[in-house]
Order: sequence, then structure tokens, then C-alpha cells
Amino acid sequence: MSDTFPKWTNKLPAKVMVGAILVGTALTGGFWYYFTPKYVRVGYQPIQPVAFSHAIHADQLGVDCRYCHNGVEKSWFSNIPAASTCMNCHAQVLATDPKLALVRESFKTGKPIPWVQIHKVPDYVFFNHSVHVNRGVSCVHCHGPVNKMDEIYHAKPLGMTFCLECHRDPGKNLRPLDKITDLDWSYSQDAVKAATMAKSAGEKYVHDMKVNASQNCSACHR
Amino acid sequence: MRYFLLIFVLAIATVLGTAGYRGTLTRKSPLELFPDMKRQAKLRPQSETHNLFWEDNRGSRLPISGTVSRNSPYEDTPLNTGRITGTTNFVELNPLPVTRELLERGRERFQISCSPCHGAQGDGKGITTQYGMAGVVADLHDAKTKKIVQQPDGEIFNTISNGKNTMGAYAPNIAIEDRWAIVAYVRALQLSRLANVDEIPADKRAALKK
Repeated sequence: MSDTFPKWTNKLPAKVMVGAILVGTALTGGFWYYFTPKYVRVGYQPIQPVAFSHAIHADQLGVDCRYCHNGVEKSWFSNIPAASTCMNCHAQVLATDPKLALVRESFKTGKPIPWVQIHKVPDYVFFNHSVHVNRGVSCVHCHGPVNKMDEIYHAKPLGMTFCLECHRDPGKNLRPLDKITDLDWSYSQDAVKAATMAKSAGEKYVHDMKVNASQNCSACHR
Repeated sequence: MRYFLLIFVLAIATVLGTAGYRGTLTRKSPLELFPDMKRQAKLRPQSETHNLFWEDNRGSRLPISGTVSRNSPYEDTPLNTGRITGTTNFVELNPLPVTRELLERGRERFQISCSPCHGAQGDGKGITTQYGMAGVVADLHDAKTKKIVQQPDGEIFNTISNGKNTMGAYAPNIAIEDRWAIVAYVRALQLSRLANVDEIPADKRAALKK
């Protein structure tokens, strides 16, 4: 009598199960790892039309972020400076440097410099810079250590998880208002001590500045 | 089964090899699965519009010549111009009430916008003077001629707003109230080097002489 099912099929269900579990785990893991902004956006470092170094300007020379991004405290977006702002210094400093040719041309003709946008929340997200920087959220929290970057890269994921992590417990990420643009600042060199100080100070800030970090959908999606 | 496992491991190795790890620096622009939602057909500041509505595709528009936008300070008042209304004479005094808050604001704004050239003390020794601006930056105390010390407040406001010599105009970068706050703070800085011993409270004088 011939077998309807040969003997090797005895192990088939087990093999299929194991295979399915392996493939399923790998797919889940793959999506989890690769299909979030932590992979998709973090590390994005496009070549900019002008080789502007934030490390030189903000760190080495100590220029405040708001010298150039002067609208950040008043506006929902943080402006890229006009060429005239660059030329306030560069009319004299490196006045003929070929690296700054585009800036000089923009200043003379009004033609915009085609900077490549790096940090971008989707158009259905309404993020307001001014409410954040005026309530003690530092630039460094969302943009990373910009003052150490020669070329800007996308340092933080800026996905919805990232926003909510802070909106659920805003206190620990708030700092004194005069330290907003001091990106190296922290409560203490000692990380544990800094965390406790941030927590107690944060509670005070949340209360005093009436921080209402809403978790309603309509806070950001309108 | 052996072949399956081999293919499985190879597949994982290929994905890891090509896609790499989180946080790796890359020149490639991020993957956007639904770009029409992420980049909607609407105007955004300082962005290209791609809608062919304007020839230059600029999202931020310059004002049409001859128009005044709703919030722009067009009125000929001392606050807006630093000059006495109807004349070209500078106002002698800051039109804003000089309070502690105004001076604090002025200090902050001075440190942001002025100190890179004029220095935190206003002595014209800012960081840019080490990079080719030496000699062109004004010492706001101007020990020899006291020229800037003697200027009316309105003239300093005018210099901040419209620039002077090699200094650019800061009207586009600093709000009017903040410019007056800076004027008030510059006055405080100047006073700090013009005080004489009699103006110092008696109990502080001893500390000074050390």
C-alpha cells in the first residue's frame, strides 16, 4: 500500500510553523526598526548650497541662535536668515571668499539661496516654535547639538512618539528661559543630579508658566 | 529546511547590509510614504511653491511696492522713527518708559544682536574684530570724543534701524520695542563708565578701591 502522504510530511506542520514564526518576527522587527523616523529621518545630512558651519558660528564665535533665527520667539516657524543678516558681518569678514558667492549674489539680487530643508514635520502637523522656546524648551531638545555640527544633520526623530514623550511629562525638559539658546547647558555635570534638579524645577515651570502640553489630537492636527 | 534557513539568514544580512542602522549619516532624502499628505499643495514660509502661480515660486512674498501691510509701523511717530513727528530732528529721550524690565530685555537683545561686533561691554571689541572687523566697529563708550555718548536716544535708534557706515540695518531683525530696549541698555552701559566716585553708595566705595 502506497502512502497517501509520504513520511516527510509528518514534520511539515512543525516546519511551516517555525518558518512562519521566523518570517513573522523578521518582518515585524524590520518594520519596527526601519519604518519609523528614527531610521528614516535621523542622520539625514544633505549637501547645502553654502557650506555654513553652525559649529564655527554658534560654538567657536559664540553667536546666539537668535542673531540669525530672529523670528523664532515670535513666529510659528524659525526663519532662515535673510542674506542681509549674513552680510552684516560678511560684508567685511571673508568679503571675497568664493564659498560665500551665493550669499553675496542673494544679497545683491534678492534671489533666494536654495537651502535644503532637513527638519520637516508633515504639513498636517502644526508645530509652533514660539510657544515652545518661550516656555523653556531649548533648541537642542528637538534639533540636537547644532552648535557642534559643521554640517547640520537630522538628530532627533521628530515623530509623534517624540512629541508625545515630552507632552506627557513636559517638566523634565524645561529649563530657565535665559538658557534656551545655550545648547551645552544642563542643571549639573552629574547626570543623576541633573535629572532630579530638572524634575523639581520642571514642576515649578509647569505651574508658573501655565505649561499646558496638550495631548489632544487638535493640539497639533488642525 | 536547510535551504529555507540559508535564504532567511541571507535575506536578513542583505537588508542589514543595504539599509544599515538607525542614525547613520546619509545624503539621501528621507523616504516619505504619502508625500501628498506630508507636502500639501499650500503655501509655506520660505519654501518653494511649485504651483506656477508666481514666476519665482517663492512661498514668502515681498510686499508689493506702494503698499503698507496691516502691522507695519508706517506712522511718523518718535517710537517708529526715532525722530520728532514732522521733523528730521532726533528725539532726545527714549519714548518707552525705562523700567527694569526694559533694561533686562535690552541686555538680552544687546547680547544677541550687538555683542558679536560691539562686545558685551559695548567697547567695540566683539568677536568679529578678530576676524577682519577691527577698526570698523564703533566703541559705544567712545572715550576720546564721547560722540555716541552725546547722541540723542533717537539717533542711536536710527543707527540700529538703518545702519551706519559699515553697519547694516537691523530694522528687519529687531522689533521696534526691542530696539528701544537696546538703546536704554546702551545708555546704561555708557553710564557704567561715566560714573564718578560720589555716585557710588558709600558702603560700596571701599570694595571698589581694592
